[in-house]
Amino acid sequence: MNFDLTDDQLALRDGIRALVEGRFPMDRVRDGFDRSVHAELADAGVFSLRADGFSWADAAVVFEELGRGLVPGPLVWCFGRDRITSGYDASLAGSDLVEFLGLVDDVVVIDPRRALALVHPADVVAAGEPEGWPLDPLTPVWRTEKQVIAGEPLDLPFADVWDQGALLTAAYCVGMADRLTEMAVAYAQERQQFDRPIGSFQAVKHICADMAVRAELARVATHAAACVLDDPATGSRARALAGAKVLAGEAAILNGRSATQVYGGMGFTWEVDVHLFLKRAWVLETQFGGSDHHADALASTMPGSHA
Amino acid sequence: MDLRFSDDDEAFRADLRAWLKTALADLAPQPPRDDWDARRVWDTDWQRRLFDAGYAGLNWPKEYGGQAAPPSQQLVFLEETTRARAPYVGVNFVGLLHAGPTIVAEGTPEQKAAHLPKILRGEEVWCQGFSEPGSGSDLASLRTRAVRDGDHYVVTGQKIWCSYGQIGDFGELLVRTDPEAPKHKGITWLMLPMDLPGIEVRPLKTVLGSSEFAELFLDEVRVPVECRVGEENDGWRVTNVTLSFERGTAFVSDLVDATRLVEDLAPYVTDPAHRRELSHIVAELDAVWALTKRNVTQSARGVAGRGPYMIKLAYSEVCQKMGELALRVLERDILTVDGEGPFVEERLRSLAFTIAAGTSQIQRNILGERVLGLPREPR
Ligand SMILES: Cc1cc2nc3c(=O)[nH]c(=O)nc-3n(C[C@H](O)[C@H](O)[C@H](O)COP(=O)(O)OP(=O)(O)OC[C@H]3O[C@@H](n4cnc5c(N)ncnc54)[C@H](O)[C@@H]3O)c2cc1C
Repeated sequence: MNFDLTDDQLALRDGIRALVEGRFPMDRVRDGFDRSVHAELADAGVFSLRADGFSWADAAVVFEELGRGLVPGPLVWCFGRDRITSGYDASLAGSDLVEFLGLVDDVVVIDPRRALALVHPADVVAAGEPEGWPLDPLTPVWRTEKQVIAGEPLDLPFADVWDQGALLTAAYCVGMADRLTEMAVAYAQERQQFDRPIGSFQAVKHICADMAVRAELARVATHAAACVLDDPATGSRARALAGAKVLAGEAAILNGRSATQVYGGMGFTWEVDVHLFLKRAWVLETQFGGSDHHADALASTMPGSHA
Repeated sequence: MDLRFSDDDEAFRADLRAWLKTALADLAPQPPRDDWDARRVWDTDWQRRLFDAGYAGLNWPKEYGGQAAPPSQQLVFLEETTRARAPYVGVNFVGLLHAGPTIVAEGTPEQKAAHLPKILRGEEVWCQGFSEPGSGSDLASLRTRAVRDGDHYVVTGQKIWCSYGQIGDFGELLVRTDPEAPKHKGITWLMLPMDLPGIEVRPLKTVLGSSEFAELFLDEVRVPVECRVGEENDGWRVTNVTLSFERGTAFVSDLVDATRLVEDLAPYVTDPAHRRELSHIVAELDAVWALTKRNVTQSARGVAGRGPYMIKLAYSEVCQKMGELALRVLERDILTVDGEGPFVEERLRSLAFTIAAGTSQIQRNILGERVLGLPREPR
């Protein structure tokens, strides 16, 4: 058992971190997703990791780095595909809003019977323009007319697509939670009030400590889930994945709220990046099952379940 | 990164599982909580059986009775003993989980030979005399005095919250040997033989109604100099070694109890909102367990990770959440402590988890400073 990043994984992490820092500084991230973002990530092999022989644990390491950098795009849906892809679960309330719809080549639609189809964006009856005021300014959404024009059936097990999507989304959230901790800590060291850094006040220091614990627990839970996907004999897939998505989603959201608080008035400005992380965390909470969905899934693995 | 155990580890697991099955079959019933003599016998008997079967001191050196097994087998041991609901360390807590490891790290060859095999065989029970009435979180302010007199330290002072004080053979004792030095510089770490003249032990009653800890009154107790671990006045450094075990790894064992408890609680949890809460608790417990695995891997590779700063903090709070959920779920069945399952008693016990071995506030201070690099607290 070696439940830590191997030397190869450390090298992978450092490589992708350097790529993200070099090519996706925040001023570019703030420009949002476009074909060049996809092309650069695809060139780096981000979407073809599995085909190239990498493990789910490797993929989790990579997506964590994308989350740290808040790299925009329907990245999880693009994973394992050649073309720019988004996706949505048509059985969900509110699913007439689709992320990135106007910018993609394909859309994966999950129907209420959990069958998957690949649809051309124009066939989901997109109105040409994105909605005017998306929650996350870097995640534009288009409103569909709900009825799905039958696409090409996708012969993929729903459970795999769903679990893998949940894993990569969790990993991305871990990266956000970690980066938010760093941002809050840096601000707590630099910002002075009452003639001392605000990080010397326990009310602030303890917020930061809790952020770090949340991010770390979410990280190990996500890595454990990835290891179970890689080797199903090492644990319960349902329990591990649900736990990871719950903890990672909450860590990203709570750390976003905490960082806003640590930044004070600055935290409520458009200029400081914190809100972009928090808004993305809320958006990702709606993808591949939110915390309630996964809590129910986890509960059904526990004694006393009627499910 | 993987969670696969090696073939050796799996063979170890199979043997252990078979052994536990027979060993647990003829285990005597657990004695009442406040019968300390009987508890001592029960817990140390089990420790002796573990020793005889080759399961004691898995990560301790072979020459002192340990197994020098790979850390992964320690995890297998915890997993399997949890699964089989085997007794846990009980009164051997201090000896096995922090006094012993401190002696392994800091003791002389003579001290190791004198104590380690006995701890592993269940022949020597330890208690901890660190805290004082005036020195809790600010432990380094302690005032119990030790004055050198030839081959002895003459110790006078008072200790409090001493778990297992009533039955301990030896105590981890912190004393002030240089009252002139700055407070962190004048402390010495001693092994206190509890049968020396001048020691009075007064049990203290806890919220559980039983006496889980005691006060120690020390009146000119003559402690031989060879009982000193580390150098004179270097005791604060040794204390930090002890605390790194106590806060870092000792509580892993309690995770074992918590994972059993949550499985036992689950069938009582029927309301869907409560079941969601249960899921959050399970997710967090699983994550603390995963963090433990990471910690074990990292320490085997000599990597300093974050686990030791986080495991106790996270674990203690999730246990309290579980306890609160249990109380809500059981409704009026909580009106007796010994009624429905161990849940009410465990809720009471868990009140101490965020206090003992460094409060959660102190843990957050330490994490903020040492891991995150935030400004230091006054000290
Ligand atoms: C069940 C149990 C078993 C124990 N067993 C032992 C034992 O075997 N041996 C032993 O030596 N000790 C033992 N202890 C003692 C334990 O280590 C102390 O209780 C603990 O360190 C806190 O000290 P205190 O009780 O004096 O509280 P205090 O230090 O007085 O703290 C009171 C409150 O103030 C807060 N506080 C204090 N200082 C700060 C600060 N700088 N920043 C923020 N908040 C602060 C604390 O977090 C706490 O909430 C045990 C305690 C319990 C509950």
